[in-house]
Amino acid sequence: MATAENPKYKVIGTRPIRHDGADKVTGRARYGADIQLSGMLYGAMLRSPHAHANIKSIDTSKAEALPGVRAVATSADLPEQGDRVVELGEGAANMRHLTANVLARGKVLYRGHSIAAVAADNIHIAEEAIKLIEVEYELLPPVMDVVGAMAENAPVLNDDIRTESVGSAPPAKDSKPTNVAKHFLFEKGDVAAGFAEADIIVEREFDTAMVHQGYIEPHNATVLWNTDGKLTVWISTQGSFTVRQQTAELLKIPISNVKVIPTEIGGGFGGKISVYLPPVAAVLSKKTGRPVKLVMSRTNVFEATGPTPGSHMKVKLGATKDGKLVAGEAWIAFEAGAYTGSPIGPACMCVFACYDLPHGRVEGFDVCVNKPRTNAYRAPGSTHVAFATETLVNEICEKIDVDPAEFRINNAAKEGVRRVDGPVYARVGMVETVEAIKNSEHYKTALEGKYRGRGIASGFWFNCGLKSAASATVNPDGTVSLLEGSTDIGGSRTGIAMQLAEALGITAEEVIPAVGDTDSVGYCDVTGGSRVTFATGIAAIEAAKDIQRQLVDRAAMIWEVDSSHVSYSDGGVHGPDGKQLSFKEMAAKLHGTGGAVIGRGTSSEATQGGAFGTHCVDVEVDVDLGKVQILRYTAAQDAGTAIHPSYVEGQMQGGAVQGIGWALNEEYWYDEQGEMRNSTYLDYRIPTCYDVPMIDTIIVEVPDPQHPYGVRGVGEVPICPPPAAIANAIYDAVGVRMHDLPMSPPKLLAEILKK
Amino acid sequence: MHAFDYQSPSTVAEAIELMAKHNGSARPLAGGTDLIDQMRVGRLAPDVLIDVKKLDELNVLSADAAGLHVGAAVPCYRIYGDETVNSQYTALADSCHIIGGIQIQSRASIGGNLCNSGPAADSTPSMIALGGVCVIAGPSGSREIAVESFCTGPGKNVLEPGELLVEVRFPARPANSGSHYRRMIPRNEMDIAVVGVGASVTLDDSGQNFVSARIGLGAIAATPLFAEAAGESLAGQPVNDESLEKAAAAAREIASPITDMRGTREYRIHVTGVLVKRVLQAAIVRARGEQIDYCRGH
Repeated sequence: MATAENPKYKVIGTRPIRHDGADKVTGRARYGADIQLSGMLYGAMLRSPHAHANIKSIDTSKAEALPGVRAVATSADLPEQGDRVVELGEGAANMRHLTANVLARGKVLYRGHSIAAVAADNIHIAEEAIKLIEVEYELLPPVMDVVGAMAENAPVLNDDIRTESVGSAPPAKDSKPTNVAKHFLFEKGDVAAGFAEADIIVEREFDTAMVHQGYIEPHNATVLWNTDGKLTVWISTQGSFTVRQQTAELLKIPISNVKVIPTEIGGGFGGKISVYLPPVAAVLSKKTGRPVKLVMSRTNVFEATGPTPGSHMKVKLGATKDGKLVAGEAWIAFEAGAYTGSPIGPACMCVFACYDLPHGRVEGFDVCVNKPRTNAYRAPGSTHVAFATETLVNEICEKIDVDPAEFRINNAAKEGVRRVDGPVYARVGMVETVEAIKNSEHYKTALEGKYRGRGIASGFWFNCGLKSAASATVNPDGTVSLLEGSTDIGGSRTGIAMQLAEALGITAEEVIPAVGDTDSVGYCDVTGGSRVTFATGIAAIEAAKDIQRQLVDRAAMIWEVDSSHVSYSDGGVHGPDGKQLSFKEMAAKLHGTGGAVIGRGTSSEATQGGAFGTHCVDVEVDVDLGKVQILRYTAAQDAGTAIHPSYVEGQMQGGAVQGIGWALNEEYWYDEQGEMRNSTYLDYRIPTCYDVPMIDTIIVEVPDPQHPYGVRGVGEVPICPPPAAIANAIYDAVGVRMHDLPMSPPKLLAEILKK
Repeated sequence: MHAFDYQSPSTVAEAIELMAKHNGSARPLAGGTDLIDQMRVGRLAPDVLIDVKKLDELNVLSADAAGLHVGAAVPCYRIYGDETVNSQYTALADSCHIIGGIQIQSRASIGGNLCNSGPAADSTPSMIALGGVCVIAGPSGSREIAVESFCTGPGKNVLEPGELLVEVRFPARPANSGSHYRRMIPRNEMDIAVVGVGASVTLDDSGQNFVSARIGLGAIAATPLFAEAAGESLAGQPVNDESLEKAAAAAREIASPITDMRGTREYRIHVTGVLVKRVLQAAIVRARGEQIDYCRGH
């Protein structure tokens, strides 16, 4: 659905077959664990069975003596980091924490925390060897609950963490350590005055469980530390350059000594940015002089990578009886996991981001607990707060008897509105996504049947720009080889190739895209923040313009005219007196006119305007079992301009399905000792194809003026609305308001029976 | 993975001899869908695997005057593809349809499901409901034991070292009988029972009164349970809500579930009653020769 007068594109908006399609569907695509090298050793890691303990001693002698074992490594093999803070592409990291997360230093902070690693002739010997490593622990009480961890007398995980308050002076070094690593406070207007204007105020507390991204491919790394001091890392990652930098920083070697070759990647969703295995494989490779491969098991992935936090939230909204939001207040505590770094900042910024809220106050806390260090997950922090705000909005709508779609339209964030945390919106499409749902066949069709209900909810994600680079070489047959550095987790190489094709006036099939390694392509920030189609797309468009300029010069030379009389348009060069040569004809003349034409482009300044989505869901509740069936689901989202509509739809559907899983069943289920008891896909229940209907999509296009073709990132925002939309639908079906994720059958049944 | 040897005997006698020889360090391998995974994660580390899926006696699937014989290594797809099972021992077909996905069903056997002795095994409540009897061969001859007496704890059963489950035998089905198995899972497929219920009923010729009933329960105790009193409470009673409620209450009485990642104790007890009623209703419909309307897995 187009909501703006679109320019006519030839390639953009079409649905060509993806360039990597044949390899992916035939199983030829090479993922991280597919790497096989001559003389390669296999690694295994010893991980903590305890959630919180001091390591008194580690004895690796028996493991080293096992035949077939080639090397054993512990944190003693990694350099001391001191108190360095390093910018790593998507946020800064305390290197002391990062290295201790890679291999524990004196203390284990969560079950699954890595302690030692073995490289052996095969995986079975390596696994036998880690059982021979003897570790003496001094057990400490596990701190598993975010609110409990904030208490004055709670056991403290890290002796070097003191509360940093954003906008305040740094904490005194000699003050008492705490689990509360960060404190955010944003204010706008006068909250007390705002609530005084309200006719209706609703305040509720919410809890959400820690959840994992649930990518299918486990983490992996194969590293060769060559005798010349140069490292090569084969890995599936969301950012080869951040792997290069993190690995170099953790090993304290120059970044130019590390070459990262990204393989195909089987899902990331934010979880494949942080480095876990490469420094360990590197140390084992240095010790043995042979390449070493490490691959995590599913349980390792759950226990020891970067899920998204559990949370506790108190949110309050006030509105007038004629349906105008006047004030909002939020108190949000996120589980950082073992070390600081939860997405509490974005959560605070997103909590009221869908609305024009005159008065607001948001307070957030980043709290260490004995769980894995959390990391980004698709719109990090926004899904949690959307669950709270969007269920409150519906509760207000019910109480003042206003249609929830109408209410959202009347209070929507739009151009010129200032968010509680400060920024003012440029042209955005919140209103249009709600209107798209309101006008959808789904919303207009009455839902009938017992215990059935409908809910809607909206969501926001910033989307970012950051840095990208691309180069493109014109081939003599009129095709273009495109090289870019953004690892492709959602079809981005084709989306980028299509933008290059559009700019050059050639077809998508005439572009051959590839993701380069860190030595062959210019710096690209991570594939995250819904930035790649936007920013690497701009780099590719710039590379196309560079090619245009060079072809104009070549044509001027051929026609013996000044370049100023030659222009590039409609897929070719045009000169005086109707002279013209197509791109293909020019390509055929390259060898005689000066050789190769290589275009280059970068993007670093452009920022995005933000993306909104609104979802509508119908559910049926089995009131005797507390089980929810999703009957129908429609997602509307502002994509700016949909480059490849199938991929946009795929992102919307994938995000919605992950949100449905988070809403209904996914959770880290811990016992009292801090052991996750459901670290397999049997008991950590991501939805299967039996659990979700076809997700209908409505692509709304409000072009982002900051991109030449109006692109907005689409990857993240679709995960935000589902939990709230489903909670609202459950209320509509059975009259029970759920404030606790997941809304699993035992919890929902307990609420139904209370009624 | 712990290194192991593989043996492929061609007779039951040979298999028993091998089992006895390795006295506890050998495991029989049928479909391997539990065993291989447990070896991979290190929960089991046998020195020898004895492949029993090539033994004729363990591949029998036939009906005679004594009833139905299901060899211990017969994979699920053969069971739910069998006409007799589908028409008369329907609960067993229901179970076999929801054990894992298609690939698993092509390998997994009900013998393996029983010998793995998981409290949440999907075929065991059906076998209990259908009055299954385990035929066990061992170094000192054969013995028989009712399915409900086979499991002794999570992962534990009555098999002695050297013994092998050969088949499960089910009595012939009386007229006006129907059976069903259903489980509560949070997802709709590819999941493990939070509560599983198998029931078999026999009605009188009018179809309005119970002659007898048997109910098997899964995932609500350390072993699958035979809800004997619940079944007996129905004998001679009219088919109505009150009778079903009584049976459900009796089933809840014997449930002693734990709280774990799959559900709370309170939830499981409640759901036991809900499912007993639903499963009995479906079995009644089948006993009357009608089709039940249900979405497998929901």
